[in-house]
Amino acid sequence: MAKIIVDGIEVDVPPDYTLLQAAEAAGAEVPRFCFHERLSIAGNCRMCLVEVKGGPPKPTASCAMNVRDLRPGPNGEPPVMLTKSPMVKKAREGVMEFLLINHPLDCPICDQGGECDLQDQAMAYGVDKNRFAENKRAVEDKHIGPLVKTSMNRCIHCTRCVRFTTEVAGISELGLIGRGEDAEITTYLEKALSSELQGNVIDLCPVGALTSKPYAFQARPWELTKTESIDVMDAVGSNIRVDTRGREVMRVLPRLNEAVNEEWISDKTRFIWDGLRTQRLDRPYLRVDGRLKAVSWAEAFAAIADRVNATSASKIGAISGDLAAVEELFALKALIASLGSANLDSRQDGAKLDPALGRASYVFNPTIAGIEQADAILIVGANPRKEASVLNARIRKRWRAGNVRIGVIGEHVDLTYPHDYLGAGPETLGEIAAGKGSFGEILANAKRPIVIVGQGALSRDDGKAVLAAAAAITSAPGRDEGWNGLAVLHTAASRVGALDVGFVPAEGGLDVAGMVSAAGQGALDVLFLLGADEIDTTSLGSTFVVYIGTHGDAGAHRADVILPAAAYTEKSGTFVNTEGRVQIANRAGFPPGDAREDWAILRALSDVLGHKLPFDSLGELRKALYAAHPHFAAVDTVRAGDIADVAALASAGGSLGWAAFANPIHDFYLTNPIARASAIMAECSALAAGQLAAAAE
Amino acid sequence: MLSDKDRIFTNIYGHHDWGLQGALKRGSWDGTKTIIEAGRDWIVDQMKASGLRGRGGAGFPTGLKWSFMPKQNDGRPHYLVINADESEPGTCKDREILRHDPHHLVEGALIAGFAMGAHAAYIYVRGEFIREREHLQVAIDQAYDARLIGKNNVHGWDMDIYVAHGAGAYICGEETALLESLEGKKGQPRLKPPFPANVGLYGCPTTVNNVESIAVAPTILRRGPTWFSSIGRANNVGTKLFGISGHVKTPCIVEEAMGIPFKELIEKHGGGIRGGWDNLKAIIPGGASCPIIPADQCEDLIMDFDGTRAVKSSFGTAGVLVMDKSTDVIRAIARIAYFFKHESCGQCTPCREGTGWMWRVIDRMARGEAEKREIDMLLQVTTQVEGHTICALGDAAAWPIQGLIRHFRHEIEERIDLYSRNPRPIERQMLEAAE
Repeated sequence: MAKIIVDGIEVDVPPDYTLLQAAEAAGAEVPRFCFHERLSIAGNCRMCLVEVKGGPPKPTASCAMNVRDLRPGPNGEPPVMLTKSPMVKKAREGVMEFLLINHPLDCPICDQGGECDLQDQAMAYGVDKNRFAENKRAVEDKHIGPLVKTSMNRCIHCTRCVRFTTEVAGISELGLIGRGEDAEITTYLEKALSSELQGNVIDLCPVGALTSKPYAFQARPWELTKTESIDVMDAVGSNIRVDTRGREVMRVLPRLNEAVNEEWISDKTRFIWDGLRTQRLDRPYLRVDGRLKAVSWAEAFAAIADRVNATSASKIGAISGDLAAVEELFALKALIASLGSANLDSRQDGAKLDPALGRASYVFNPTIAGIEQADAILIVGANPRKEASVLNARIRKRWRAGNVRIGVIGEHVDLTYPHDYLGAGPETLGEIAAGKGSFGEILANAKRPIVIVGQGALSRDDGKAVLAAAAAITSAPGRDEGWNGLAVLHTAASRVGALDVGFVPAEGGLDVAGMVSAAGQGALDVLFLLGADEIDTTSLGSTFVVYIGTHGDAGAHRADVILPAAAYTEKSGTFVNTEGRVQIANRAGFPPGDAREDWAILRALSDVLGHKLPFDSLGELRKALYAAHPHFAAVDTVRAGDIADVAALASAGGSLGWAAFANPIHDFYLTNPIARASAIMAECSALAAGQLAAAAE
Repeated sequence: MLSDKDRIFTNIYGHHDWGLQGALKRGSWDGTKTIIEAGRDWIVDQMKASGLRGRGGAGFPTGLKWSFMPKQNDGRPHYLVINADESEPGTCKDREILRHDPHHLVEGALIAGFAMGAHAAYIYVRGEFIREREHLQVAIDQAYDARLIGKNNVHGWDMDIYVAHGAGAYICGEETALLESLEGKKGQPRLKPPFPANVGLYGCPTTVNNVESIAVAPTILRRGPTWFSSIGRANNVGTKLFGISGHVKTPCIVEEAMGIPFKELIEKHGGGIRGGWDNLKAIIPGGASCPIIPADQCEDLIMDFDGTRAVKSSFGTAGVLVMDKSTDVIRAIARIAYFFKHESCGQCTPCREGTGWMWRVIDRMARGEAEKREIDMLLQVTTQVEGHTICALGDAAAWPIQGLIRHFRHEIEERIDLYSRNPRPIERQMLEAAE
């Protein structure tokens, strides 16, 4: 620890602290533009200048100087730093004036207005006079894709966006070209950004140079209601803030959570909100003579009751979708059980994951933050860049820290960091597991290896054997005590929660494939789809399909009864992310029209079916849920899986197949019903497909 | 006046063979092995004792700089980088070394490299120096062929010398921007600390020296520090290449003793001021970034670090720009301001925005299209740039303007009056006044 005196207050800080951090530790505020905790230090905005005693008689950039670089006083006193001296005040006012001389000052028509660092700091550290009598610089706006709008006159050249795209997102597509006052931020060769994380530059931009294109001129920050929630676009469970005006979601922003998403979110998370407005199911429908007809809730329930009462329990099934919260899964499971059926499943893709094997067999055991401790990473049958973009950024962060080798088995894709491509299928995995080859040796000797197993490797006939092989690698002897490196990477936000509540076939029940084929053969009479759109809905035969969901997607098209439900921003729901972290999404608005929260629909339906569920409110439901599964009560924490389960899994073995692993997600932008209803996502998808085609040529 | 026997650069005008044979005749590569055998510490001590101050402009003691390199090797290679990106307007000394006396530099690189434990030296040559680079490369090739440098050379210290060619950016003469450029990145200065001696080229300990500082080292070590320090005044010792350009009769590069009076320098080597001494208006003593000195202070001006500092200017690279009374000094400084605006790298705010602002204001002042209160405003803006930037380019852009306002405020005011009395293009008015 090193002592430093900041404005007369002595503080004790680690010597590798920057002066800026030391100032914060002492409670002194230091303005900054270019400095960002998660990006490399640029030191170019010069706003954070402070006065340091004993050094040269000029101000020092506090973001770039370490406490240990300071000289102590003549008699060994701690170094002295001033953040409020006349020299500092003059320096700040000078820099602020320079920043503003070529800034257009178009705050009234700027989307950043109200949440602009330049505006705020100009209020605090600027002067109210303008001495610049020349013409202002004009910079041409750049087209950098459908998501980020540019207004380059406003740019203050802090290069946060450049540093983010090269360092975190791993694409060198933004840069500063030209020099002096002609320097401009641009994409090289005027092309669109290709990163799945590009939206974060909007948050990073301290001024209004980079703003959200879909949100342009939609709202002002002070008229929005902010609700803290959880994202469901992938299984990372990114922490988000949903901004609403009235009942409409206007935008989605990231929230800080070091353990999950740090402060990044993917573009799908950020720009999905227009999908919440279109294709919505806002009233119950009943299929009459082959056509869907709007009906009342009572009529819809009555039609369901007719069909349920007319069949036997074994001919009733339920499949849950990727966006379902734990509460409705718990309610639906209870309803199906009370009807006497064993046919229920949440694994739409047919992943060979089984809660009976223990929690450690289906979660991302090392945790997302734990990636930073890994000394070797093997990715099997997954493309984390598409399946969990924010998690992929964490892997890249680990790679940037150095001394790690990353191997990939499966499709050969660009992950934004260099990796060893080992092979395409299970055969390679078997060899690696046996310690063969250079990467096999690296894994065998690693203390804290992580094997990331994607759904592409698990949704196959030999999925269980693949999982066992992965478990065998991570549980080999020589690992650090307590290190559990088996990392199942999920793509569905609901999946871990569903497996936690046991939303899988009961004794003798049918799984998804079984239910679909039974339906096709006429052996299933009633099928409940809880937002399940990813199954083959065209081969359900004449089964009476009840669709509980939010969007007119595949499931609703096939449905005989549609029960309109609430999307993730419209209900309070528990979601468990891929690492097993329990998080609660909050309601930011109300569902449209007659739509209701899913659990309430199931509770009302259960009454009509004569199997009334034992809870009348969400609170009661949660009480029952927590009684059955106590770990759901521990919100924001991860209940670690038992490492012994991994060892048991490893010994299960099984024979590996031959087919190459195929990644589950190829169109990042269209993975769920909300995304498929979004015009923004459609545009991104078309653009990405075009870029792919152009690259192939 | 420096006697011929004390000259280090004996072929600075290119009258003789600049190749290895010629250099050997002039004494280069003589006893280099003895110097190296005397050891690293001896060389550094001798350099410190010689009192040589860096010839790149800042005047940092060269021996001291060499001593900053880590004594113990921590596994990283050490690098010597030689700054031959001579781009300052008015400075033209390294060019003569590169094209006419390159073996001084090559030999110096070997010795300096040895003194700092470096087995590789990079010479970063200014983009516009085509022939100079070719000569230097030939000299290096000759030295390789004669096994003077390279692996297993006759001196017993492996040394590889590489020539890198810049692309013509002034900022790449700043030592850390030069390192960035050498690494293949955009030439923008780095933040210090860490200093290059700890984290330099490719993250390894590096010393960046000016061409002249390295090129004089072999001769200093051969003739001894007492010889070198006996020339000039205390703290400003040795010989120095002076460049004389502008309104003198014979512009030239000349090696002279430090501390030579300005008047003597001009009369002896520059052939005197055009139109006589009384026609002198002002000088810029060391390249464009140094503050201007008016004629009345040139009378007793001593040309060395302390002598120029005494008149609130700086010695820079000793490239003297002489301006006689025909000079429109405001326009001259406005042109210099344009140069710095054009060469600012754009990385940090005060320089990026300030150089353009300063240039625009002073450009208007040169035309008289300004108000008198703007003179003080401009002066204040220069202080807002100076000392607030990452590298010294901000300071370099501010000083000429500060110098101008300090000494020629009356001319700016007259210009403004001239224009405001009769708002017509100022050039025509000045021509009419001259007639």
